[in-house]
Amino acid sequence: MTKSLDVPPKGGFSFDLCRRNDMLEKKGLKAPTYLKTGTTIVGLVFKDGIILGADTRATEGPIVADKNCEKIHYMAPNIYCCGAGTAADTEAVTDMVSSQLQLHRYHTGRESRVVTALTLLKRHLFNYQGHVSAALVLGGVDITGPHLHTIYPHGSTDTLPFATMGSGSLAAMSVFESKYQENLTREQGVKLVVEAICAGIFNDLGSGSNVDVCVITKGNKEYLRNHLTPNPRTFVNPKGFTFSKKTEVLSTKIIPLKEKVEVIEGDAMEE
Amino acid sequence: MDSVADSQRTLYPYVTGSSVVAIKYKDGILMAADMGGSYGSTLRYKSVERLKPIGKHSLLGASGEISDFQEIMRYLDELILVDNMWDDGNSLGPKEVHNYLTRVMYNRRNKFNPLWNSLVLGGVKKGEKYLGTVNMIGINYEDNHVATGLGNHLARPILRDEWNENLTFEEGVKLLEKCMRVLLYRDRSAVNKIQISKITEEGATVYPPFSLRTYWEFSAFQNPTAGAEGSW
Repeated sequence: MTKSLDVPPKGGFSFDLCRRNDMLEKKGLKAPTYLKTGTTIVGLVFKDGIILGADTRATEGPIVADKNCEKIHYMAPNIYCCGAGTAADTEAVTDMVSSQLQLHRYHTGRESRVVTALTLLKRHLFNYQGHVSAALVLGGVDITGPHLHTIYPHGSTDTLPFATMGSGSLAAMSVFESKYQENLTREQGVKLVVEAICAGIFNDLGSGSNVDVCVITKGNKEYLRNHLTPNPRTFVNPKGFTFSKKTEVLSTKIIPLKEKVEVIEGDAMEE
Repeated sequence: MDSVADSQRTLYPYVTGSSVVAIKYKDGILMAADMGGSYGSTLRYKSVERLKPIGKHSLLGASGEISDFQEIMRYLDELILVDNMWDDGNSLGPKEVHNYLTRVMYNRRNKFNPLWNSLVLGGVKKGEKYLGTVNMIGINYEDNHVATGLGNHLARPILRDEWNENLTFEEGVKLLEKCMRVLLYRDRSAVNKIQISKITEEGATVYPPFSLRTYWEFSAFQNPTAGAEGSW
């Protein structure tokens, strides 16, 4: 009598539920679709490096959950990554790869390369077969030059001179396709990126609020948070707010906190 | 509904045309569409005229099922013929034709037997310019610039930014070419054989087809995977 050995799962994708999902789908159950959560993210290569751009709206179905979130994530001092898709997935995967890159920098003693970040991200995303819903625009300048890549949730990548992702990607891409040229100056590049993000903000319902821009060149980076705010709050109550019911203060006692341990000032950790 | 009637309802399109883009300009309406008729993912017909003049004052552009477009042309021919037979010096303007099309499309939708098209109807009558659109479920509206299908996502943002009331004919054509070029790059069912037509108070003109110039010489396209093996 042969008994099959119970082999513990070694990691990677577990295909156990696939037969059951197939059966359910045949019976008429609609599988949950991937949410292309509202975003417009873009990147382009200009004469001296890379410019990344993103809008700042985070949506939860039809509701705007965060009016001013940060979609341009730090990966390395010379590499930044814009993320579209499920916010938790983009945040977690970029944080994870950023830490891996830092450890790698300590190990090699060299500046991180964009292809390193690219390979770490695509291997992780492919491993999860598209269930980690992160669509990324990765850009940076390393010793081999400026690089711009897009990474799709299933793990495929493209190397492009200009790229857009997210629900507003068609509106932004129409701006890039009609106006992009090679060897733009910094001013022209930032202007084009801002135009593309604004096309997403004003023509796509999933994108909105402000424009974030990040300019990366050799040896230098500029993170321009809220570079453009084309959606200010138009009507603000001129009277301001008064809180009528005040709690009566009976007595006041102030105790200053005494330092028990001497804190030596060290280098602040990078963001 | 019995099975015979069932087999005569439109369930999916077979031969389809891609987007139509149209704008109001100084003297009237400018409309552009490519000449492709796709049969699923094959490019079956490469000389399909999807822009047609209607009566004296209107221009119709259609995307979607080509056979349903030909049926709509038969309905409109009958409409214009009956209008001419009245011989009263009056003729149907673009607003009236658009209204007629909206009613036809919506009523077919209510019977679960739609005409699988998105239509653009533009024209000038007595100096007044009109540009409207209606689709297979009866959604209709009018605006200074309209597009069907993927044109809504790729061309409308450009038009919202760059359209103004006083475009000359040359500026209008240049703007439409810009939109059609983006559609050519990014719509898989687009073909590089474009037709532009205009309608003014004098009448309608459908211009002969032409090709757009495209640019593929970006240095990043020459050797895309330099330094990033496994990418493309």
